[in-house]
Amino acid sequence: MICSDAPVLIEICDLHARVDDQPILNGVNLTIKAGEIHALMGRNGSGKSTLSKVLAGHPAYSVTQGSVRYCGQDLLTLQPDQRSRIGVFLGFQYPVEIPGVSNLEFLRVSTNARRLEKGQEELDTFAFEDFVQERLGLVQMDPAFLDRSVNEGFSGGEKKRNEILQMALLEPLVAILDETDSGLDIDALRIVSAGVNQLSNAENAILLITHYQRLLDLIKPDYVHVMAAGRIVRSGDKTLALELERNGYEWVDQGLKALGTT
Amino acid sequence: MVEAPIKHRSALNNWRDKLLDRLEPPSGPMADLQAISRNQLESLPAPDCSQEDWRFCDLAPIAEIEPRQIFSLIKPAAPVVTNQVTRVVIGADQDPLAGVVLPEGLTLLNETELKQSLGNNSNLATSKGHWPLELNQAIAPRVIGLRVRGKVEETLELVCDAGNNRGVIAVHVLLILEEKSKLELLQVQLSAGANLTSVVVEVQLQKGAQLQHGLLALGHPQSALLAHLSVDQEPTSELCQASVCQGWGVMRHEPHLNQLDGGAHTELRALQLVNSNQLADTHSCVRFNGPEGALDQLHKAVAAGNGRSVFNGVVQVPREAQRTNAAQLSRSLLLSDRARIDTKPELKIVADDVKCAHGATVSRLQQDALFYLQSRGIAPPQAAQLLLRAFCDEVICMLPTAAHAWQPLTRLLDAV
Repeated sequence: MICSDAPVLIEICDLHARVDDQPILNGVNLTIKAGEIHALMGRNGSGKSTLSKVLAGHPAYSVTQGSVRYCGQDLLTLQPDQRSRIGVFLGFQYPVEIPGVSNLEFLRVSTNARRLEKGQEELDTFAFEDFVQERLGLVQMDPAFLDRSVNEGFSGGEKKRNEILQMALLEPLVAILDETDSGLDIDALRIVSAGVNQLSNAENAILLITHYQRLLDLIKPDYVHVMAAGRIVRSGDKTLALELERNGYEWVDQGLKALGTT
Repeated sequence: MVEAPIKHRSALNNWRDKLLDRLEPPSGPMADLQAISRNQLESLPAPDCSQEDWRFCDLAPIAEIEPRQIFSLIKPAAPVVTNQVTRVVIGADQDPLAGVVLPEGLTLLNETELKQSLGNNSNLATSKGHWPLELNQAIAPRVIGLRVRGKVEETLELVCDAGNNRGVIAVHVLLILEEKSKLELLQVQLSAGANLTSVVVEVQLQKGAQLQHGLLALGHPQSALLAHLSVDQEPTSELCQASVCQGWGVMRHEPHLNQLDGGAHTELRALQLVNSNQLADTHSCVRFNGPEGALDQLHKAVAAGNGRSVFNGVVQVPREAQRTNAAQLSRSLLLSDRARIDTKPELKIVADDVKCAHGATVSRLQQDALFYLQSRGIAPPQAAQLLLRAFCDEVICMLPTAAHAWQPLTRLLDAV
C-alpha cells in the first residue's frame, strides 16, 4: 500500500559491503516507507541475501561505505539483537537448526525481548502459550513443532512456517524475507503467503527477496527492484516482475557490460 | 590452594607419607584390605605427568590439601526427598546405613560376603598398584555393601558432602545385582573447600541385571575428586551410566567396565565442565571379553577460563569379542582462548567382525546458531547460555530423575 506521506522506515544510501576481501554490495540505494511491500529480485550472486544479512547485522559482513537509517536511527551501529528488538526482522533462507534448544522456549525468550523493548510486559509461560497458540493459526503450523528443538528435523516448509511464526510473534516494523518461497510446496506457499499478507499493515513494511513471480502472485508488491553486481539497477511496479519472468536477466548483463561492470 | 598449577612429584609422595603416618591403625571389616593397601601405597610412586596414563593429569595440587582423614561430615543441604527415593547420607565416622529403612529388594551384605566379594571385581583385580585405588582402600573406614534382588522401585541416593572440611574422605561402595534385578542409583558427591574425596564403586551385574547409575559431582576450586567405577557385566546385563562433574580443582573419573563374556549392553554418558584453573580428566576403559557386546558412549566437555579437560576412552575388543557393536563419541566445547581440551579415543580391536565407530570434535559455540538467536533479539550472553544449556542437557537428562531435585543444570550454568 503506497502512501506518499507515510513515514520512512528504512533508508539505505550508497551501501557498500564485503565479506572477507570480496566486495559484494557496491552502492545500494533503497527507501522503504510504512505500509509498503518491496520485492527484490536478481540473479544468484547479485547481492540480495548479502543485503539482507548486512541489514540484520551478520558479523561476517563488513560495511565499507554508506549508511542505513532505520526510523531515523543509524542501524549499522547496532548489534543484531538490538536491531531485532527495535523491529528489524530477517526471515532466513536457510533457518538454522539448534539441537537441544526448545522451540517454545526460544520463541518465548525472543518474543519477550521484543516486548520489553516496546515497553510491554513480559509474558509468562502460560500467557505465552496462549499467545503462540493464537499465532500458530496464521501459518497453520502443528503445535507439536513447539515441543521440538529449534528447526531440528523440520522439513523445508516447516522451517519457513516457523520463520513466519516468529515474524507473527515479534511483530517487526521491517521484515526482510529471504527466499521465503524456496522449499515450499504449492499449498504451503499459499499458507505462508496468506500469513505474510495478514501481518502486513499500514505501520510496517516488507522486503521480499525472491526469484519467482509465483510468490508475487500471492503477495502483491508495491515496488519491484532488480539487483545486479551489488546494486539496484532498476526499479518499477509489479509489472517489472512479469517482465523479468518473460525476458529473464539478459538485458541486465547488457546494461552492465555497457557500464563496464560485470 | 588446589589450583596451584605445578608441583614437584615428591610433594605428593611426601603428602602420602604424612597421611599414612596420621591414619588410625586398620580396623573394622576393611582392616585386612586397609593394611595391604597401606603397604602398597607406601612404596607406590605417586602419579605424575611422565606416566602415559597421567600425562595430562597433574595431581600435584592434592599435596596442598591437609594430609589427614576427615572423620566427621556435616549434614548436606540436600533437597527434600520424595517417597520414590531412599537417601543414604555418608558421614565419615558413623555407619551411613544405620537407621535407614532399605527399600524392598535391597539387603546389606554381611561381613563374610563383603570379604568374599571385595576387590574381586575383574577390573580391580587387574588394577593392583593403581594409586587412586590403593589410596581409597588404605583409608576407607567401611564399605557400603548391598545386594539387589528383583526390581527395586525406589531410587537409591548416596550423598557425600565433604563440605569445607580440610583433609581426605574415602567412600567405598560394593553392589551385587543378582540375575534380572534392577536398580537406579544416584551418587551425589559435593565439596565446598580444600579437601579430597576418594570414591570407589564396585558393581557386579549378573545375567539380565539392569543398573542405571548417575554420578552428580559438584566441587569447589580447592577440592579434588578421585572417582573410580568398576563394573563387571555378565551377558544380557545392562548398564547405563551418566556422570556430570563440575567445579573441582582437580577431578579424575575412571569408569572401568568389563563385559565378562560379551553379550551385555553398556551406555555411558558423561559431561565435565572446567573453568578458572580447574582440571577434569576422564579415563574410561571398556573391555569386551566375549562376543556380541554393545557400547554406546558419549563424552562431553566444556572448557572455559584457564580450565583443562582431558578425555581418554579405551575400548578393548580382543579376538573373542566378535560381533561387538561399539560407538564412542567425544564432543568438546572450548569457550576461551586459554582453555584446553585433550581428547583421545583409543580403540584396540583384534576381532575382525565388529562394528566400532569413534569420533571426536572440539569446537566453539556455533556462530550460525548464535547469530540466529541474536537475530531474534536474544542478547549474546543469553544466546550463548541457551546453546550451552542445550549442549549440557543432552547428558543431564540421562541422570536418574531424582537428580533433578539437585538442580544440576542451574548449578552448572551458574558456574560457567
